[in-house]
Amino acid sequence: MLARINAIALNTFREAIRHRILYLLLIFAVVMISFAQILSLLTVGSEEKVIKDFGLASIDLFGVLTAVFIGIGLVSREIERRTVYTLLTKPLHRFEFVLGKFAGLAITLLVNTGVMTLWFFLVLLIKGMLDGALVIAILLLFFQFLLITALAVLFSCLSTPILASVLTLALYVVGHLLWSLDLLAARLTSASGRALCRALYFVLPNLGNFDIKGEVVHGVAIGGSRVGWASLYLVLYGSAVLWTACAIFERKELQ
Amino acid sequence: MPVLELHDIHKSYRSHLSIRKYWILRGLSLSIHEGEIFGYIGTNGAGKTTTIKLALGLIFPDAGTVRLFGEDASRPELRRRVGFLPENPYLYDYLTGEEFLDFHARLFGLDAPARRRRVRDLLDRVGLANRGDRQLRHYSKGMLQRIGLAQALINDPDLVVLDEPMSGLDPIGRREVRDIILDLKARGRTVFFSTHILSDTEMICDRVGLLVKGSLKAVGRIDELVSREVPYWEVTLRGVVDGALPCGSVVSRRDDRLLVRVDSQGDLHRLLGILNGHGAQLVSVTPARQSLEDLFIREARGGGPVTPGAGDDVAR
Repeated sequence: MLARINAIALNTFREAIRHRILYLLLIFAVVMISFAQILSLLTVGSEEKVIKDFGLASIDLFGVLTAVFIGIGLVSREIERRTVYTLLTKPLHRFEFVLGKFAGLAITLLVNTGVMTLWFFLVLLIKGMLDGALVIAILLLFFQFLLITALAVLFSCLSTPILASVLTLALYVVGHLLWSLDLLAARLTSASGRALCRALYFVLPNLGNFDIKGEVVHGVAIGGSRVGWASLYLVLYGSAVLWTACAIFERKELQ
Repeated sequence: MPVLELHDIHKSYRSHLSIRKYWILRGLSLSIHEGEIFGYIGTNGAGKTTTIKLALGLIFPDAGTVRLFGEDASRPELRRRVGFLPENPYLYDYLTGEEFLDFHARLFGLDAPARRRRVRDLLDRVGLANRGDRQLRHYSKGMLQRIGLAQALINDPDLVVLDEPMSGLDPIGRREVRDIILDLKARGRTVFFSTHILSDTEMICDRVGLLVKGSLKAVGRIDELVSREVPYWEVTLRGVVDGALPCGSVVSRRDDRLLVRVDSQGDLHRLLGILNGHGAQLVSVTPARQSLEDLFIREARGGGPVTPGAGDDVAR
């Protein structure tokens, strides 16, 4: 089973690194991280915060864009181009195909995030602003990319690439504003409204769990429990999303 | 035991905005036997590709059963013994021919030396030995068809399923595919392929199945299906005048040669009997046998059913 998942993952990684969009996004990320230095000149006294904040935000944005724009086509493009026919007529289980696609993009994102991080750290090193806490912030960003990739794979099994990208980006935005749903639930007088808000709060992906950019930039210490909770959340929520994607793909008619 | 067996398969689909069901296959039953070349012919939209997709688990029947090597075909493990080439294959164009075959070989768990050996052998077999390092985006249509065929053979399968393998190929390409199919049969493999090209079917198939509008109209050996009837004979004579003919109708005349159509064996004997008396010379007698194309056209136009002489398949 692992050998087959590896084969699909390797091919997905190969496809991604031969995709022009990956390099465009990487180039933009590198430019944005470098641009933070110029932007910091316009501020007085908070140069370090601006560079770190802008750098982390760039890694966040371009990592998410990579996960969405490559992830949404992972399964649907294979069906659309009918390349999936030669794979699923081999002794390959459908869930192995879905997990392999996910793993391939996860490897791509690891390399992508690694390149952006190296460039970011080089800029900080030159400025003498290197900070170990940034590694934790970037690790949690990577966890977020994995969750978004899982969502992109799920939507890719369900719909067309365009609709899948809209849904995934919408969940990314909603996932970062989920705290407001919790606040809304506390203020509502209607019991059913509160129940609905609470249900949505637990069902929708809470990407706030992976966002510690503000704390790290402002030098707030990050406890191990925060990282532990984010890891557990990724494993539980990510597994549920991937399980759903596999279950849907298992019965999908490949017309 | 049949290698592939479809029993009473029904398959329908609905378009996105419609609640109406469109039937693609209605009660299809078909058996493919070990070691045979089976040609699956039919009009466009008859349901040939749907049958193949059902057989290989890419889509699921509304009703009926599919068995591969005597077992429920939904088990992916059974596909270790199957090779498949889809119609007009869209392959991973960013991979080279070698990478493409190696990727498919990995799905069978072959180790690196076995993969290398297999890839080299197959590239050689399909005539792409010196093109293996090129990306598939630079392949011609014929080359894509051949590399697609190579991936179908990567596991040395017992059953090879080919969907329109000759489609879009030039005569040389068709000949090469035909030779590969015959070679597979010589090695004891079973080949099930769909096609529109009837001449190839007649040439290489042990049995054929004719599908029209989702129903199998005829199935059996070609000689069982088409060659029993001789509806008329064409007789070419030299040195005879039209008025001397006791029967038959003149089809054409060229110089002193006359092409005459005779509709019964009795008329043929009568015609041949007058030759000596008129100093005429017989050039040729050709029985006009029914061809697969005649059968195909007749059934596609809604003609009467053709009953196979033997076989255990159900023609509906």
